[in-house]
Amino acid sequence: MSRSPAFPLSADGGRTSGSLLAGFLSSDLPRSKVLTVILLAILLALAATPFLFSGSLPLSTAAKICVFIVLVASYDLLLGYTGIVSFAHTMFFGIGGYGVAITLERFGATWISIATGLFVALFLSALLAIAIGLLSLRVRAIFFSMITLAVASAMAVLASQLSTITGGEDGLSFQLPVELRPAFRLLPEPVLGVAINGRLIAYYLLFFVALLMFLLLLRIVNSPFGRVLQAIRENEFRAEALGYRVVAYRTMASVVSALAATVAGALMALWLRYNGPDTTLSFSIMIDILLMVVIGGMGTMYGSVIGATLFLLAQSYLQVLMDAGSKTLAGIPVLPNLIHPDRWLLWLGALFVISVYAFPGGIVGRLRQAEQ
Amino acid sequence: MAEPLLHLSGVHTHIGPYHILHGVDFAAPAGQLTMLLGRNGAGKTTTLRTIMGLWQASSGTIRFDGNDITKNGTPDIACAGIGYVPESMGIFAGLTVRENIVLAARSGPVDSARLDWMLGLFPALRRFWNLPAGNLSGGQKQMLAIARAIAEPRRLLLIDEPTKGLAPVMVRSMIEAFKALKEAGETILLVEQNFHAASVLGDTVIVMDDGRVVHSGIMSELVADKNLQRRLLGLSLDTHQ
Amino acid sequence: MTGTTVEPSAPSEPLPRTRTDWLPLLLVPALALLALPLVGSGSTWATLTVAGLAMGMMIFLMASGLTLVFGLMDIINFGHGVFISLGAYASLLVLGPLAGWAQSDSVWLNLALLLFCILAAMGVTGTVGAVFERIIVRPVYGSHLKQILVTMGGLIVAEQAIHAIWGASPIPIPLPATLRGALIIGDVVMERYRLVAVGIGLVVFVGMQLLLNRTRIGLLIRAGVENPEMVEALGYRIRRLFVSVFVAGSALAGLGGVMWAFYRQTLTAGMGMEVMVLVFIVIIIGGLGSVGGCFVGSVLVALVANYVGFIEPKLALISNILVMALVLIWRPQGLFPVARR
Repeated sequence: MSRSPAFPLSADGGRTSGSLLAGFLSSDLPRSKVLTVILLAILLALAATPFLFSGSLPLSTAAKICVFIVLVASYDLLLGYTGIVSFAHTMFFGIGGYGVAITLERFGATWISIATGLFVALFLSALLAIAIGLLSLRVRAIFFSMITLAVASAMAVLASQLSTITGGEDGLSFQLPVELRPAFRLLPEPVLGVAINGRLIAYYLLFFVALLMFLLLLRIVNSPFGRVLQAIRENEFRAEALGYRVVAYRTMASVVSALAATVAGALMALWLRYNGPDTTLSFSIMIDILLMVVIGGMGTMYGSVIGATLFLLAQSYLQVLMDAGSKTLAGIPVLPNLIHPDRWLLWLGALFVISVYAFPGGIVGRLRQAEQ
Repeated sequence: MAEPLLHLSGVHTHIGPYHILHGVDFAAPAGQLTMLLGRNGAGKTTTLRTIMGLWQASSGTIRFDGNDITKNGTPDIACAGIGYVPESMGIFAGLTVRENIVLAARSGPVDSARLDWMLGLFPALRRFWNLPAGNLSGGQKQMLAIARAIAEPRRLLLIDEPTKGLAPVMVRSMIEAFKALKEAGETILLVEQNFHAASVLGDTVIVMDDGRVVHSGIMSELVADKNLQRRLLGLSLDTHQ
Repeated sequence: MTGTTVEPSAPSEPLPRTRTDWLPLLLVPALALLALPLVGSGSTWATLTVAGLAMGMMIFLMASGLTLVFGLMDIINFGHGVFISLGAYASLLVLGPLAGWAQSDSVWLNLALLLFCILAAMGVTGTVGAVFERIIVRPVYGSHLKQILVTMGGLIVAEQAIHAIWGASPIPIPLPATLRGALIIGDVVMERYRLVAVGIGLVVFVGMQLLLNRTRIGLLIRAGVENPEMVEALGYRIRRLFVSVFVAGSALAGLGGVMWAFYRQTLTAGMGMEVMVLVFIVIIIGGLGSVGGCFVGSVLVALVANYVGFIEPKLALISNILVMALVLIWRPQGLFPVARR
């Protein structure tokens, strides 16, 4: 395929070529001091979580944040960079989870099982993504949204019905390879008072794979391929006129995004040692992803880090706050209901709507704007 | 000289990031057929769409019958008495010929005298009266589009390239129809690429290039002056019919 | 050639024939006939067919507004499901005070109750639809991406608001007394409520067809679906038309919501979103913007779901996807593609 040089090849600013950091970040720097500080803080906090906090809850939250950064970043590739809305992202997330879960449960707790499961899952995801893309992207991008919604819901039904393979509504619990089990000790002595056990190894496995996946996605959106995607997003007809095959590019983007989501799903299952409809496949996770991308900032990649972190922390801590507020307002009609801890989605939903109107660049966009 | 029916002054139009019209000035006098000529991309269609309010002028004023209509919405402009035939014809393909006409007559059923007059201009429409307009040929669609614009008495007709892509025989009958419209006293602003049609029909002529008016005058003078033609329209005009 | 005399009838060229597209319409009876030998028993087949028709009508009620709104203004409302849920919950406003009517043995009182529920639902969803259009949809005309996101956001907020007002747990709503149970004719078992649903669905469909084909408003809507800009250039305010269609579409979703709620006999805030999957499938199959296509698509999907559900239950829920995929392979724009621009 011929590449036209007509698209601008460099984003504004931040072309400090040669610098190692810029290399890692594909020359797509945060472009805001506040944002840089926040990102660094998140990176350091995630890297040091096992040594900073005790107990399993902080570690689980951190692991979940790592997984969701990949999941949300891969969704941003579609939504923010390609400009198409998919509702099937959790389907690929689920395929990754089930792939690993089924092989580990069936063929024993070995690394080969993990590799096989992941490979099969990646293959299946790619196949589905291509099929959906070719069926719907040919006509109008809006078909894609509706068809992904339909296919994803059918897959969710399928997963709960094929209970002999997937465990149905109960899902699958399984053992991990020895090295990842809590009882495994890498070092006989604790470091800084923390035992270097299999759980810790599993966390760092997640952390580094997530980091790698994020940098890879950052590279993809800053590659010539990523630039074409953005050109298509800006003006589909112009891109088509310049000789880019829009359907092929969009389908490719949805495949890449699906593969990354599949990896994220596998990571999630590995961490939980369980996979079921509620942890990877449900539509409410899809809504969560949408909220994270939009609030963090569409089309920025870094927005996924901010969005996922903020959302998952809010999920744990905002509810505590609202609970307290709701109790103080007890006795007044409706009002306590509105800040009942279960209603936290109401407020995030409102924030989401406002974000789409007022800050299309989300938090990252705001921060960047503030410094100009 | 009385105030012209339509008067544009300094009209600029932007479409997205593109600046299309760069200060268009011209007038279309009542009761005349004004030709709007120019090569592709000169801004003729944009001018009609801007008059119609389908694209907003970013500056300048458009006056119709003494009123400023620059900021008016498309429906208001239409109700003020301007009929519009877009280049794409804008036929409702799923509606029958009759339904297309009925819709165009806002103030109620078309009276039979007017209907006979219209169908006299475009006899083919009578035969396809109850068929979906999508089944018509290109020329018949064009006839329907014009019939729709005159379904009610209008003060001004804006017509965009009515002969485009038509067979010579169709072009001839189209020219006849326009002559009849002129006789009926209609004021018409006609965009045309076919110089033969333009030279036969036009009273006044406006030539546009690069979003500006580069010439305005009497049609017969332009027809007589081959050098001016070559300079303005950039081609040796073999008047293909 | 002179342009001023009426040409006598001298059709030198043959009249083009009106091409009515029968093929998609034949799909429904063809499917029903095909299913007969697969189902085996004739009476079971009849029962399944009635059940499928009833379900199809309900889906049609919920989907028709959405497809019209899309056709007319190129707006896709992912929050449409909220009107379904809201309509269903709004019936509680009637069911509370008129609880006695539900227990009555009089068919007429029962039907009147259903009618009042429907009116309440349509009133509520129509009003909320007008507000939704104003604050959620209007600022995002022209951008599909933002429409999907914002209407999705509206859905989240509205669903949560239903939770806040009516509580998060499912609410049972029993059918009025005489609409329960089945009518048995020979071997054929037909649930009464399903027959009522078929009746209401048909009435609405015929009403819509009459409105669209026999009235000036309908003419405007059909023209607007094809080319909104030209409708404006003819001097009509399409905005006003659009708002009315949006309100009507929301009210129809509310009507569908009531019917759906009595069918399920439970209310949940998410019930609208659950059925939206079917709604989207149906409007894709029918061709975005086509009411007739939406009707055929609804019946098709519901019949397939019922037949397959009987023949091979595990496949029932993916059968919709298969139907959709087959239709799109046959006609990528849906059964009745709407001519645009």
